[in-house]
Amino acid sequence: MGFHIVVCAGIVPDPLQTLEPATGPNGPGIKTEMVLPAVLDPWAASALYEAANLAGKNPGSKVWLVSLGPKAKLQQVMMSVAQKVSFELVPIDGPIGGFPDAQATAAALAETIGAIPGLERARLMLFGGWESATRGAGVTLQLVGERLGIADQFQGVDAIEVREDGSFEVLERVEGGKHQVSVCTGVPAVLGWATGNLAEPRNNPQVGMANMRTIMPALQKAKMVTLDANGLQYVSVSLPKQQRATRVEKNMSADEIAAELVAWMGAE
Amino acid sequence: MESILVLTHADESGAALSKGSLEAVTAGRELAARLAAELTIGIVAKDATDAARQVAGAAKRVLAVEGEAFTQARFKSDAAACEALCRAARATIVLASESSRFARVMAAVAHRAAGVIDTHVTAIGGADSVEATRWFYRQRIEAVMNREKRPWFLMVESGTHPAYAGSTTHPTFDSGAGQVQVEQIVVDLPAMRTNVTGTRAPKLDAQTIRPEAKLLFVAGAGWTKKQPDGQIHVEQAGELILSFLKTSGASLGSSKSLVDQGGEGNSVLPFLTHLNQVGQTGSTPRHAKGLSTCCHGEEPHVVGWRFVGERRAVSLDPNCGWTRGKADVVYVADAFEVIERVNALLEKKASPGS
Repeated sequence: MGFHIVVCAGIVPDPLQTLEPATGPNGPGIKTEMVLPAVLDPWAASALYEAANLAGKNPGSKVWLVSLGPKAKLQQVMMSVAQKVSFELVPIDGPIGGFPDAQATAAALAETIGAIPGLERARLMLFGGWESATRGAGVTLQLVGERLGIADQFQGVDAIEVREDGSFEVLERVEGGKHQVSVCTGVPAVLGWATGNLAEPRNNPQVGMANMRTIMPALQKAKMVTLDANGLQYVSVSLPKQQRATRVEKNMSADEIAAELVAWMGAE
Repeated sequence: MESILVLTHADESGAALSKGSLEAVTAGRELAARLAAELTIGIVAKDATDAARQVAGAAKRVLAVEGEAFTQARFKSDAAACEALCRAARATIVLASESSRFARVMAAVAHRAAGVIDTHVTAIGGADSVEATRWFYRQRIEAVMNREKRPWFLMVESGTHPAYAGSTTHPTFDSGAGQVQVEQIVVDLPAMRTNVTGTRAPKLDAQTIRPEAKLLFVAGAGWTKKQPDGQIHVEQAGELILSFLKTSGASLGSSKSLVDQGGEGNSVLPFLTHLNQVGQTGSTPRHAKGLSTCCHGEEPHVVGWRFVGERRAVSLDPNCGWTRGKADVVYVADAFEVIERVNALLEKKASPGS
């Protein structure tokens, strides 16, 4: 039968960009965020690649990518993401960035996922990043799963192994550099992915062309949402002021550096 | 008037409270004292007897959900337990530690309680109100926020408060150290479809991730690049790094570029995994000191150092990112030579008679 895999993935500023907070009429945001180069959220991208890999191993599976962001920005990012793996885009035209309320974001995502035509809940695997690179709260996917009534959830996932009987083993990151091992009897389930084990797929123009045939019409029909603040108020939003007065030592010998480091390591 | 519930859970022993839970208790006591609010502690454990003793005198009420099912850190049972504790306590503010166990469930619990949640909280302040501080964009922007809606769930980052270590002299809470009345909360659990079968450590000769270590040692991609003799010395790099970890007790971190080399078919350090990765797509560990080696100090990596106190770096590049206000000291030197000598000094220090 295969799985119906829904991947929730936002778009984030390219990590190498300088970020500066700015306050607008709708609250805090990032200065010139709409013109900053954007990428698919890194951990959610891992989820997408894992979803495509899982779908490839289980005939009859299908992957949907649900993404909330400004339509124009989504279109830019999808031009590159579409070349990686096959999926059907379900865009939601909404605000960008990490400052909107996670509860409201989850509500919009859950409503959209619940309305995907042909999606069978009994075959559903809800994927996403365990935390985003914007809000980084680690709650949105969990809330979407809760709203969809999925009672088996896993976060910080690095691996899934599906067995012949439909059960699957999941490795979740826990404290101390370890993985917790769980076995679930079957779907539906929520998996918030960490890095996973797959390298980023190479661009495949054929996959890109096939995806774009459905992506452009989907973007044109994207539903627009406004997100409730849920009483969230920002008192301040600022860049850290910590700038260190760096001492750069260019002429110390290896012995001198070693002695200084050992003394520093031993000092309280 | 606010009322506060601190949710706690047992550690791997199943009996004692986790360190993060005890830190959350401290956070709860501080907040309760400031707001003159009633404090309740909720415990999730197989047997809460010993755990309750640890918080004797810390709060007016202690609630517990106990049973074999709560030995496992599992979404369905943990969410049901926390939901039951929240319904029993009826608190307006719920604090919990940002442990992997509670991070897996607390947003769902907040939703069931018709509340809202904010996570990774590093400070709780405010004069007449409650204000939570947390970071956005992977520790690049700091925000202070408040909410009108209740219950408000706040997950407190580890290391931001001292662990509660027994009753103090605070008059609001002292009810006799060691004496504690635990109210048992019964939870009717539905059938479980998930079974936690254990934990698995990465395939390593030794565990290199040590959250309690004072020092974070970061290995960058330079360790696997060509050295002055024109050759790559991955094996030597691995030996030097492992020796350093053994003698210093440091925790090992890495940049994404070095970890990723394994997936690109290049020579890699065999003991590194994505779990060692520090930065934007890795962890943000808390250590008193950090030593970076053979790493450029690019922003996506350095954001993972936000909570590392003193920072030093060894790099051959005098213009690397660390020199631009990101480290306290940068040594422009060959890390192979420096770490070899550091190891010799540490070994000598460890066995002064030899």
